Amino acid sequence: MAAGTARRWGLRAGHLGIVGLFTVFTAFPFYWMLITTFKAERDLLKRANNPFIYNEPPTLENVRILFEETLYGRWLANTLLVGLLVVVITLLLSLPAGYALARLAGRWGEQLGIGIFLTYLVPPTLLFIPMARVIGDLGLQDSLWSLVLVYPSFTVPFCTWLLMGFFKAIPPDLEEAAMIDGHSRLGAFVKVVVPISVAGILTVVIFTLTLVMQEFVYALTFITAARNYTVSVGVPTFLVHGDVYFWGSLMAGCFIASVPIAILYNFFVDRFIAGFTVGAVK
Amino acid sequence: MKHGEPRQRASWVDRAEWLGPLMIGPAVLYIVLVLGVPFLLALYYSVSDISMGSRTLNFVGLKNFASVIQTTKFQTSLWNTFVFAIVSQVLVMVLATVLALALSRDFRGKWFVRLLILLPWVAPISLGTIGWLWILDSTYSVINWTLEALGLIGPAGWYMWLGVPWLAMGSVITIHVWRILPLATVILMAGLTSIPHDINDAAQVDGAGFSRRLFQITLPLIRPIALVAGLFGLVLAFTDMIVIFVLTRGGPYDTTQVLASLAFFTGIQGGDLAEGAAIAVFLFPLLVAVAIVFLRVARRAEVH
Repeated sequence: MAAGTARRWGLRAGHLGIVGLFTVFTAFPFYWMLITTFKAERDLLKRANNPFIYNEPPTLENVRILFEETLYGRWLANTLLVGLLVVVITLLLSLPAGYALARLAGRWGEQLGIGIFLTYLVPPTLLFIPMARVIGDLGLQDSLWSLVLVYPSFTVPFCTWLLMGFFKAIPPDLEEAAMIDGHSRLGAFVKVVVPISVAGILTVVIFTLTLVMQEFVYALTFITAARNYTVSVGVPTFLVHGDVYFWGSLMAGCFIASVPIAILYNFFVDRFIAGFTVGAVK
Repeated sequence: MKHGEPRQRASWVDRAEWLGPLMIGPAVLYIVLVLGVPFLLALYYSVSDISMGSRTLNFVGLKNFASVIQTTKFQTSLWNTFVFAIVSQVLVMVLATVLALALSRDFRGKWFVRLLILLPWVAPISLGTIGWLWILDSTYSVINWTLEALGLIGPAGWYMWLGVPWLAMGSVITIHVWRILPLATVILMAGLTSIPHDINDAAQVDGAGFSRRLFQITLPLIRPIALVAGLFGLVLAFTDMIVIFVLTRGGPYDTTQVLASLAFFTGIQGGDLAEGAAIAVFLFPLLVAVAIVFLRVARRAEVH
């Protein structure tokens, strides 16, 4: 009896230890950003100071510098603007496509769906060189419109796939009833199916926003003027490669732009996984 | 009237064979224009002499490939790409399996732990990597400070995490593992929850121990989904340059340079589009291989 309890406690401690170690590994950099955000410059740059505690009182100076003396606020606004425009384009293209793949296309719908999904795997690093040239020829070099044009190339494939699965789960009776009432198929889609697909649409909006926020390679390639950067490129290229590293402001910039969106994304990650692994789990 | 109008349009727009293509068309057209055309251009550029400033473009055959392959920079990058991708992906799969099994058990605060574990994947990767840049800083590294505080190294023994070749490679691999691990873990967790409970219960009743159940039931059952996680991770590891760009820019002395980052530095920063395209095109056969395996997995899953 006593041996059994000891064994159970041992297992429990082992389990806790494993989970704890992994959690420290994954979350530590974000904790470190948060600590550093409020540290005084002198505190940070004295090597003998214990870096885990505040040797001098916490300060908001780093955050003030970030918003008042760098283009950080502008980068956030750029990212949001591009994100919203890409959301609109993505919805306009992938809502009808996802619906048609789910309902109107027969056997070839499934294959076309997989084909579209596979294009999601095409990495930016394979395409960014010709794209840089094409963007230049279109006169979009250094313009946020270049990102608005190119970003749907990775949001549309994934969201079409996601919405296809979503529409398949809606009972067809709903549209059939609307069509008996005199709506066309298209009318039934717009007036009946889209309004009840709020959850699917919301998922697409969140994914598109996070994908836009994460994108790095295209923005690095197309944009050269500091004021046109998005946040994921502006912080590492402009803030890091100044002559002096303002670690406090830098960490503030990383934390502010990553943790809120991460928490939002967290609520939708299961849908992402479900969309991703369709076919492999059954 | 309101009822009659849609009926008339219905004559052709409403027929599935018209409406289907009409609704899919824009998305497909967009994908072809924005992904397909640049892809063909990438192939074309790789056999041309195009550069950032030039207006003309001549066909030069396989000259770019021939000259690229000979450079030690390229050979180092090719080798580094394989080391980086394979080592990091093996580590990811092993660690993700352990973590997914640990998280498959219920405990208090699990949702919060899951959020913390997901952070590296859901936060913008370039920003997360800057967090590491600070943690690994040559003068202020918290890891070095801790090692010194524990008496493991002296004040003169601080590691240059990103400045010494093997340490730099170790660092970029570790941070890449850090970034992919959450994704692989949640995918494997999805696989674990899809295993019916009674299978494991029955095996337990029959006296199968933990390791026997693990290796003979659990792991074989999550193999298809593990393959999906592995393939996606492999594509990312082979083609991604963000972690390396932010941490080392390929340095020191190209010891962490990979094909993707070399293509960027040659084609975009160096302005030699043709040579950059030739380097990037080396990534393509690899993607085809991954896509084929993916399709076979998807088909097999459909049959069952």
